[in-house]
Amino acid sequence: MPTFFVNQARVDIAASVPSDTPLLWILRDNLNLTGTKYGCGIAQCGACTVHIDGKPARSCVVPLSAIKTGVEVTTIEGLRTGVGKAVQTAWEKLDVPQCGYCQSGQVMSATALLAQKKNPTDADIDAAMAGNVCRCATYVRIRAAIKEAAGALVKAEGGGARELHQADCDAVAPGRLVSGDNSRAVLA
Amino acid sequence: MNPMRMRPLNDVAPSAVSRRVFLQSAAAAGAGFSLAIFFGDAVAQMSAPGRTQGAAAPGGFAPNAFLKIGVDSSVTVVVKHLEMGQGTYTGLPTLVADELDAAWSQVRVEGAPADNQRYNNLFWGPAQGTGGSTAMANSFDQYRQAGAAARAMLMGAAAQAWSVPAASIQIKNGVVFHGSGRNAAKQPVPGNVKVKDAADFVYIGKHVPRTDSKAKANGTATFTQDVKLPGLLTAVVAHPPRFGQKVKRFDSASVQGLPGVRYVVEVPNGVAVVATNFWSAKKARDALKVEWDETTGVKVSSAEIMTEFKRLATTPGTSAKNEGDAGRAIEGAARKFEAAFEFPFLAHAAMEPMNCVVRLDAERCEVWNGQQFQTADQAAVAKVVGLKPEQVTINMLFAGGSFGRRANPASDFVIEAAAIAHALATVGQRGVPVKLVWTREDDMKAGYYRPAYYHTLKAGLDADSNVVGWQHRIVGQSIVSGTPFEAMMVKDGIDATSVEGAVNLPYAIPNLSVDLHSPKVGVPVLWWRSVGSTHTAYSTETFVDELAVAAGKDPVAFRKALLAKHPRHLAALELAADKAGWDKPLAAGKPDEKRGRGVAVHESFNTMVAQVAEVTVDRNGKFKVDRVVCAVHCGIAVNPDVVRAQMEGGIGFGLSAALYSAITLSDGRIEQSNFHDYPVLRINEMPAIEVHIVPSTDKPSGVGEPGVPVIAPAVANALAAATGKRIRTLPLGTV
Repeated sequence: MPTFFVNQARVDIAASVPSDTPLLWILRDNLNLTGTKYGCGIAQCGACTVHIDGKPARSCVVPLSAIKTGVEVTTIEGLRTGVGKAVQTAWEKLDVPQCGYCQSGQVMSATALLAQKKNPTDADIDAAMAGNVCRCATYVRIRAAIKEAAGALVKAEGGGARELHQADCDAVAPGRLVSGDNSRAVLA
Repeated sequence: MNPMRMRPLNDVAPSAVSRRVFLQSAAAAGAGFSLAIFFGDAVAQMSAPGRTQGAAAPGGFAPNAFLKIGVDSSVTVVVKHLEMGQGTYTGLPTLVADELDAAWSQVRVEGAPADNQRYNNLFWGPAQGTGGSTAMANSFDQYRQAGAAARAMLMGAAAQAWSVPAASIQIKNGVVFHGSGRNAAKQPVPGNVKVKDAADFVYIGKHVPRTDSKAKANGTATFTQDVKLPGLLTAVVAHPPRFGQKVKRFDSASVQGLPGVRYVVEVPNGVAVVATNFWSAKKARDALKVEWDETTGVKVSSAEIMTEFKRLATTPGTSAKNEGDAGRAIEGAARKFEAAFEFPFLAHAAMEPMNCVVRLDAERCEVWNGQQFQTADQAAVAKVVGLKPEQVTINMLFAGGSFGRRANPASDFVIEAAAIAHALATVGQRGVPVKLVWTREDDMKAGYYRPAYYHTLKAGLDADSNVVGWQHRIVGQSIVSGTPFEAMMVKDGIDATSVEGAVNLPYAIPNLSVDLHSPKVGVPVLWWRSVGSTHTAYSTETFVDELAVAAGKDPVAFRKALLAKHPRHLAALELAADKAGWDKPLAAGKPDEKRGRGVAVHESFNTMVAQVAEVTVDRNGKFKVDRVVCAVHCGIAVNPDVVRAQMEGGIGFGLSAALYSAITLSDGRIEQSNFHDYPVLRINEMPAIEVHIVPSTDKPSGVGEPGVPVIAPAVANALAAATGKRIRTLPLGTV
């Protein structure tokens, strides 16, 4: 029974949950974390992007069996870092979303990029974001918002603001037991 | 302002001081009164706009079907149009807020319930629906009237309560200056209220932030995919491999006992597996043994379809337009030109694959989805489940893209969900909610594509290089034939959606004909963002460009000379050319690169868009679109930033089709399944885009679609400028 963390809450997976169940559907159907979206199921569109130990991952192709015990999964609902907030603020400021369906994934990819590179070039943005499809083609604003967030973060740092880490945020919630049947999902 | 604080304030107003004085003092102090105070407890008279999500606080004032003012001073605008990204949940509230003089921070939005009387599209008669870039255009007066009427009622109430002339009451930024009362709801509902002059607009034409950006940036926006209900089951359906193919038999036992699987039921277009969660349903659907009747279904291939289209194009079709004598004019012309164009089927491929949630009870059916044709879906669901339309409630959620796909007169996946709920009821599961989820593959293979088309164009130039004749023949499936739209949109055998953009060619050409063949193919087809213009803009704007070059004229100047009677086209074209620096040479590329610049201008849905595209072609013929300068004439730009966003997005959406996308059939089977074989535009291919808006006081026209059709011809013309090659088969591929 693998045990890992989602947004700092411990998740214990019941043995009855099939081990090929993608993380995406554990999040959506078992944990009711619906901010992470299903778009393609084969890691072609990025709508399901989450962070696994801080790195962006397409949750639709991560089966339960591949999730190591103790890893930390962060979804859009648990995005509370300074970088994440700066990205969301920039997304709002520039009114990036149109239909909005892909934007959780875009925000997660952009946050992972800025956590790695404080001042990404256009080529960096292309490399980090090309896996995230937006059919509304909000790409002009996604690029601009990443730069906006990067600028805001540099400014905040210059002003002595401290990078907010996940550990600073919500206290660890009690674990959840995920059964195979979401209609009977149990909070432990 | 909190009404709990406001009421005591009124109650304790010292009697020695006249209320008027008190209120004036309050106003002078910058206080004033929130809108909320003017209706007090007069809730009973509300014409409550039905069941909606996120309803305002109980109590409040609802002067009409479009507006509710809550006791918390929230101004909730009931939006009758689907928000699918195009900005209706921002644009329509802007109209109300402006006329009401509400503060933008007070504004909340609710999707309207399906209702063909109160929430119909005023351009469509008694049907609620979103499409044809009409949301703003048909609502502009209606929503302003709604806001203005409420404002008049509030002012009347205030004037009465304070015994002051109504003219002395002011409402500004959500605050009523002067007077109070509890009887705004008792005010007569005014008829035709005077709306503001443009000079008094506080939001219209200014920057107003989208109402949905925050929820969409933090994952809390609710799409159909996200609906959770007690006991909710998930259905995934095995669809036939060919359109129209029937189930011969299926073996429920092949999935019995698989984890989570509850029911296997036959539906009109396949077999549904119903399970406790998506993954269980999907795995069981994949494992389910279904035998399809091989004697049924459409067995065509794309190559055969195009061969038949080409054969048809050698014969005259039904005339859609005939001015002068184009055939004779071209025959007698000094120089003759002809070209033929091929367009593939296109999938909408919205990010949220099609889905629908239905709960069927004995006397009531509730639907959760994000659909463009609310009342048509309502009627279709009612028919499937054996209820009356008014017994079907539709909860309008955000749509994760649509581009026309969720505007299906056949209500395909909606009635599929209803059929599953109905089947569940027959096995004792009445009242159990079910969510139909299509996988990406289901979505891509399900049809209702932009039809494939074949065009031929002929033109003649006289000795002075004037265009003397133009013949345009279009071959392709009718979208509206066989649908309820046929009566309205097919006239004299011409489906208006097949020839729009061709029959209204704006150029002054004395002899012009357009004719049409509408063969039956059997592939389900549908409108796709900008509809007929998706192909007519390409053939007409690349062909006219070819004529300009042949005439030795500058492509902008050539067009301008033919657009004298079309000032809106001219304004857009001139603005785009000016902002693009058309009169200056294009910067050269690297030594082994070729660069080119192309222009196109096109009207769709009463909006004119001109675009200048710059491309760089490498030695292998691969190219990149570097920059696009876009000008749009859409009348009053109610929200200029949303207009810009729609142009940016429209360009990106159009580029997907221009560069890559095609749906093909082989022996009736769709050959594409997902984004790996149906590529769409990604961020690394998105050009830099500048959008400019032609200043205008005309009534607004739509912006959701008109940005789309212009980019492909602008790019093709740029490629021709760079390489001399004219590409006439889409997608463009390499040059």
